[in-house]
Amino acid sequence: MQFLIDNFWALTITGLTLGAVYALVALGYTLVYGVLRLINFAHSEVFMYGTFAALWVVMFLGGKAGGGTGQVIFWIAMMFVAAMTMSGLIAVLLERFAYRPLRKRNAPPLIALISAVGASFVLAEVMGLREKIVAWVGLDDNLRAYVRNSRNAVGLPDIVAKEPVFTVGGYAVTNVDIFVIVGAITIMVILDQFVKRSRLGRGIRAVAQDPEAAALMGVNRDRVIQVTFLVGGVMAGAAAVFYLLRIGITRYDAGFLLGVKAFTAAVLGGIGNLRGALLGGFVLGLAENYGSAIVGTQWKDVVAFVLLIVILLFRPTGLLGESLGKARA
Amino acid sequence: MTTTQNATKKVRPNLNERIADLPLPIKVVLWIIFALFLFALPLLNIPFITTPDSDFGGVLFTVSTYVLVALGLNIVVGYAGLLDLGYVGFYAVGAYTVGVLSSQHGSLPWLWCVPIAILVAMASGVILGAPTLRVRGDYLAIVTLGFGEIVRLTLINSEWLGGAQGISEIPRPPGIELFEVPSIDWSTGVPVVDLGTTTTFLKFGISDFIPYYWLALVVIALVLVFDILVKNSRVGRAWEATREDEDAAELMGVPTFRFKLLAFALGAAIGGLSGAMFAGKSGFINPQSFELLLSILFLAAVVVGGQGNRWGVILGAIVVSYFPERFREFADFRVLVFGLALMLLAIFRPQGLLPPRRTLRAKRADARQHVLEEGEAGA
Amino acid sequence: MPEPTNPEPVGAEPTPPSTAAERPATPATAPVDEVTEINPDVDIAPEDIGVPVVAEGERLLEVDTVTLRFGGVVALNEVSFHINKGEILGLIGPNGAGKTTCFNVMTGVYQPTSGEVRYLGKPLGKRHKYQITKLGIARTFQNIRLFANMTALENVLVGVDAHHSTGVVTAMFRLPKHRREEEQGRARAMELLEFMGLAGKADELARNLPYGDQRRLEIARALATSPQLLCLDEPAAGFNPAEKAKLMELIRTIRDQGYTVLLIEHDMKLVMGVTDRIVVLEFGRKIAEGTPAEIRDNPAVIAAYLGVDEEDAS
Repeated sequence: MQFLIDNFWALTITGLTLGAVYALVALGYTLVYGVLRLINFAHSEVFMYGTFAALWVVMFLGGKAGGGTGQVIFWIAMMFVAAMTMSGLIAVLLERFAYRPLRKRNAPPLIALISAVGASFVLAEVMGLREKIVAWVGLDDNLRAYVRNSRNAVGLPDIVAKEPVFTVGGYAVTNVDIFVIVGAITIMVILDQFVKRSRLGRGIRAVAQDPEAAALMGVNRDRVIQVTFLVGGVMAGAAAVFYLLRIGITRYDAGFLLGVKAFTAAVLGGIGNLRGALLGGFVLGLAENYGSAIVGTQWKDVVAFVLLIVILLFRPTGLLGESLGKARA
Repeated sequence: MTTTQNATKKVRPNLNERIADLPLPIKVVLWIIFALFLFALPLLNIPFITTPDSDFGGVLFTVSTYVLVALGLNIVVGYAGLLDLGYVGFYAVGAYTVGVLSSQHGSLPWLWCVPIAILVAMASGVILGAPTLRVRGDYLAIVTLGFGEIVRLTLINSEWLGGAQGISEIPRPPGIELFEVPSIDWSTGVPVVDLGTTTTFLKFGISDFIPYYWLALVVIALVLVFDILVKNSRVGRAWEATREDEDAAELMGVPTFRFKLLAFALGAAIGGLSGAMFAGKSGFINPQSFELLLSILFLAAVVVGGQGNRWGVILGAIVVSYFPERFREFADFRVLVFGLALMLLAIFRPQGLLPPRRTLRAKRADARQHVLEEGEAGA
Repeated sequence: MPEPTNPEPVGAEPTPPSTAAERPATPATAPVDEVTEINPDVDIAPEDIGVPVVAEGERLLEVDTVTLRFGGVVALNEVSFHINKGEILGLIGPNGAGKTTCFNVMTGVYQPTSGEVRYLGKPLGKRHKYQITKLGIARTFQNIRLFANMTALENVLVGVDAHHSTGVVTAMFRLPKHRREEEQGRARAMELLEFMGLAGKADELARNLPYGDQRRLEIARALATSPQLLCLDEPAAGFNPAEKAKLMELIRTIRDQGYTVLLIEHDMKLVMGVTDRIVVLEFGRKIAEGTPAEIRDNPAVIAAYLGVDEEDAS
């Protein structure tokens, strides 16, 4: 307990940065669930591919510690471009090959989940076997740096020097902390406005509320679903960049636990509810940090799951309730 | 016209029906032959079926554990329609109950631990189910997934439970060494009785896993009988009604919550039993044996086979557990291939390899109707 | 607290034909459909379920100033009426008047915001839905909600099972109770199917039955719980006039076998023909109550029906 009080601000800030990542990934779960009533189990891999895209682009550009401010901004911008493109692409491919064929056949939801599990294995394993796959194709020489030790964690070069900006209660808040929290919230506000105001956003809400009625009103359901996956993927891509900046390493199976946590965050906030995902992410990040300060860090994940079960017992629809269809989006 | 199109369709009894139509004595004989074949399977060393890279007896035991687990999970997922993603938790509870009572903090013999393991797993099912089964179906998946992780992390972090090292020196099932059973050798191209490689009946040792497989077969048979008896009763109907339409079931007098909890507890008990078997065979257990991935594999077994159909589920369990062992030479790629297989299966055969009885029944009813129409059209 | 949800069409996806022309007139089902004849001579009287039986004409169920609010919406506003043992009471009103909501309050799906429902003189209170069914109130659904992937017989058996107590242990060891309940249950279920003209289709999956059979199977399933009070929610929806008339005849037979019937129906003419008394709802309020003759001449009812739905008033 004393540890919690002594390190309250440190725990709060790191909890918020972690929560920001959860929240961004949770958006993908929530969007897809809202539109399709489907747990997109493979969304964690969408995120994982984003981390690799961001990593590779930095390697490609020769990013390293000690770059000038302009260079660092350029590298980070390119990380976003690469990660968002990659994750968006994977998400759309996932929809096209793992879900759409099932939808056309009206398969029961459990089958979609199995397909998602299969897709998740395939995506993770392709990444985990990239060294062998590349060797097969015979591109070994050019890509060696990108694919070697494909079962091990790969680190991002220290392109951003963590510098304290200001101090709260004894904890020096770094530029990266601020960037992650502010960046994530900004992106989410943009998404919120997109869903609320744009034509495509209205389409998403319409399909979420009543697919049949939406179809009658001329909304192209397939297109809306595709856009939903794309948006969710792009969000996961952004999360991947923040994650890399914050954690510094990634691995072919990095998506799994993070995905489970992010889904927990989505359910916590009220699945299908965008603002719920934001709230759920931050609540989960903070609760994990505070909780592990009290009972020990090795119990961090247990804290997260116990919190989920407790909240579902008292508020079965999550903190903010489920509503992608309703106006608050 | 529909009638003319359907006129070509004939009601041809499928294999199942033809077997069902056989007289009882023949059926009994067929069953006995089949059972004998299953028991002899590890000794026959049939080429191609036998796993080249790992001990076939051990593989068969693993397969039978999956079958057992899948039968238990089928009650939860297939009959009652509850999506459970943390089934491995109950499996772990069963194994660790045995570990704690027989080695870590006690010295009870294995046989005593098994019923206790079943009861503890069942109790944990009730404790988890009582608060969460009121939650909507989709959420149940994530709550159970959380439960599986809580169990695993607790095992890792609790020194009392052996921590990451786990528990070793778990006693084996009690054996009586009666006689030696020879195996078959195919190395010359023709089957030859090999008196040099034998299995002792019934010695639960550390290198020969065939007796464990035999034990597992007996347990599976018992669980199957239990499954059939309970499914074909008021209890089974209540489960199915709850799965089909929970509100309507409740309004027809089914206490749905109670029956969901019952399914959950029975499923947990069978999961615990499987865990206890696993602990008795391996002799040591650690948290790595209970990864979340296992829950997914168990669920895949149920869905791949055809949820709700016990025979389909058994087939699914065999597919999920046997093929990765058989094709170990592609070890690196097996998860990848498995993932692809799941996707293809979901897309091209969503009702599972052996679709549930209800689908078969429906098809037969359709066929009957077509024949009736044919008669009408001809008249 | 679980929030009240509107019962949605779940499970069976019957083609909801709105006119007679859309009825399954396809050659695929028609010939078989013709074979099914209702057999009103089968004895389907409710079994003794341990509920005190009141004398003919006494109050079976009372709805006492029930109000039900969902947020700001008042679904039922101080509605009061009662049902006498042995009568057929019609509950009518334009769309959205609160008829089905009323059913939902009576069967425990919703808790009234204020007021209470009394059954055999005792308030239903916060009983679970299945407990209310066991007390002797059964219902059908406006949107068919059969157990789609179970056979017709199994559907009815689930209803019969309401008063059985076979559990895992009894079933596992095939104790005498299991056998007795199973035999009696099957016998009663088959009687009900025969009564409804569905005996020949006992082994067919509910979802494969023609629309009309599905409607009748729902009634059979509800009767299987041996109710004192049978609540039918638009049982004739989607029927053509001839079929409707047949169904009303059937409802009268059901009453004559010892059941009390509460009937929601849109078609005024039919309700007039079959019911003993009628309660009229509009916008969640009771606007009239009386014999069919009184209702026919009631200006408030005429206004409600003429104003909202001319077709049904005709």
